[in-house]
Amino acid sequence: MSHTQQLYINAACRIGNNQAWKDGQLFFEQAGVPGDEFMVGLYRKLNLQYPKWYKMDRLSKLGVLAAEIVLGMGVNLNCQPGEKAIVLANSHSSLDTDARFVSQMEEIPSPAVFVYTLPNIVSGEISIRHCFKGEQAFFVSSRPDMEFLYSYVRAIFADGRTRVCLMGWADILGEQFNATLYRVSADSDDSVHSMEFNTQNLYQYFYHEQGAVS
Amino acid sequence: MKAEQKTYVVANHVLSPMASGTAAHVDAMLLGETGVRFSHRQEYHGQGVCASLFSAEDWKELHTRFPGDWSPFELLLLGSLTEVLKQAPVDLADPRTLLLVASTKGNIGLLEPSTTDPEAVSSLSASASKVGRHFGYHAEPIVVSNACISGMTALLVAKRLMDSGLYDQAVVTGADCISPFIIAGFRSFQALSDEPCRPFDLNRKGINLGEAAASMVLAKLQVDGPGPAGTAGLVYLAAGSTSNDANHISGPSRTGEEMAQAIMAAMENAGLEPRDIGFIAAHGTATPYNDEMESKAFTQAALQNVPAFSLKAYFGHTLGAAGLLESAISVEALKRGLILASRGYEEHGVSMPVIIAKEHYQQPGMQHFLKTGSGFGGCNAALIFSKNN
Repeated sequence: MSHTQQLYINAACRIGNNQAWKDGQLFFEQAGVPGDEFMVGLYRKLNLQYPKWYKMDRLSKLGVLAAEIVLGMGVNLNCQPGEKAIVLANSHSSLDTDARFVSQMEEIPSPAVFVYTLPNIVSGEISIRHCFKGEQAFFVSSRPDMEFLYSYVRAIFADGRTRVCLMGWADILGEQFNATLYRVSADSDDSVHSMEFNTQNLYQYFYHEQGAVS
Repeated sequence: MKAEQKTYVVANHVLSPMASGTAAHVDAMLLGETGVRFSHRQEYHGQGVCASLFSAEDWKELHTRFPGDWSPFELLLLGSLTEVLKQAPVDLADPRTLLLVASTKGNIGLLEPSTTDPEAVSSLSASASKVGRHFGYHAEPIVVSNACISGMTALLVAKRLMDSGLYDQAVVTGADCISPFIIAGFRSFQALSDEPCRPFDLNRKGINLGEAAASMVLAKLQVDGPGPAGTAGLVYLAAGSTSNDANHISGPSRTGEEMAQAIMAAMENAGLEPRDIGFIAAHGTATPYNDEMESKAFTQAALQNVPAFSLKAYFGHTLGAAGLLESAISVEALKRGLILASRGYEEHGVSMPVIIAKEHYQQPGMQHFLKTGSGFGGCNAALIFSKNN
């Protein structure tokens, strides 16, 4: 593989404002309810049947739901666990759970909460669910830096081992949440939704209300 | 033929309670020193903690050197970056320079139950930007927060982006502070040892935590033809890889298969065989499961006969800084042809017959070493550093 290899976004999803988009389609909506209730609604809509999900922290819950939309529902990636990479970023790290752990500290701190006080645990949960054993990295930036994420994902593919990469943004703090994930590979004919992997398309999908990947 | 462009380590620096400077640390280690000690501290509710912690005087000195409104995490970054940039005066305003900051928990010690705006007191990206501005950096620094492989991941990200042709040089820095938050968390896991830790030993009881900062300057040096004058003896980051266990979020793999996968990928990318590796600077946290997993991974990668050591009994587990710090110390050891003693190791305590160094000793002719690391979330990383003849 080279640094000039053509890569494609084969699938994308965006969860935020109590809506979940699958590629360009509104997949689920539950307006006017708290974020936690919306996520339970989406879990049911996805028919996930993954009881571990209820024990996760909110960032992992959000990320696992988003990953299910681009990796689950009958998708066959047709590659080895070590060939599947995951590169994620957010702005609030694990602060949502950090604040919860701090409030416990005066009493008996729980290891079940402490383990989630790291942003990359969501990558671990997605990796367990979808058997991703390849390259992985987690970044923190004030805003989505698609130029950087694009460059790094390209560099991972150029290393030669990666065939599929789940990449994007997974962020939550209180009632503010956004998960926008993209499934990237060198296959153009994998899906009718495939489009060129570039920063313009990444940004367009992230910010476009109607969904640009269609 | 295309001119050779390796990712050279042109400068590095370690700041810990033991010393300031990489060579100064190795000198102190050779004299039998360690930063790990048992102490009773008020902030840990009077409970004893065995760790490598900066003293009140150390913090006062950093505050004096860097006046202004800096958090302890930021002070550590400033302390290490200032020194590493004295060795290699890289222009951070140059768009061909990349600045990366690695940390597991950054400013988390500032978060209190009464904090109404957690982002305002503990944002990692805000701290990184503030430190970047201090040095005139041209953009927002890239922040890597990938549990205990943050430092190694940052080095690998820097190398890959430089290999892509986007940057000519990179400044990679990382730090973590130990706070009641961190102590309470590891204690809740019953992962802390109340005596100096003993990686790979039969009687190992867990982790010592540690505070530190470490920095490396990486640069693509234009070198025409083989064996040029001027680069002899220089160390470069040859290759690296990461992996995920996809097994458990807080416990390492029982088989070590995924760590072995990262090691073998790194060796393949570097074009090396097991016999080429001079030593392994292991993660070696001294928890029962981590050290056992690593011993299995080294064996699967056919590295069971390569001397290995853990530096945790000198520095404690410095979390997001660990990969950078231990890489820097190991680069210095490689330059000196030195295998470092795995402090705390007496009786073999892992199932595989890996070789753990009991004493410091000279091993002439070494050209490559392997650095490994693992963290919560099931993440693993392997880096290979090599020395020019």
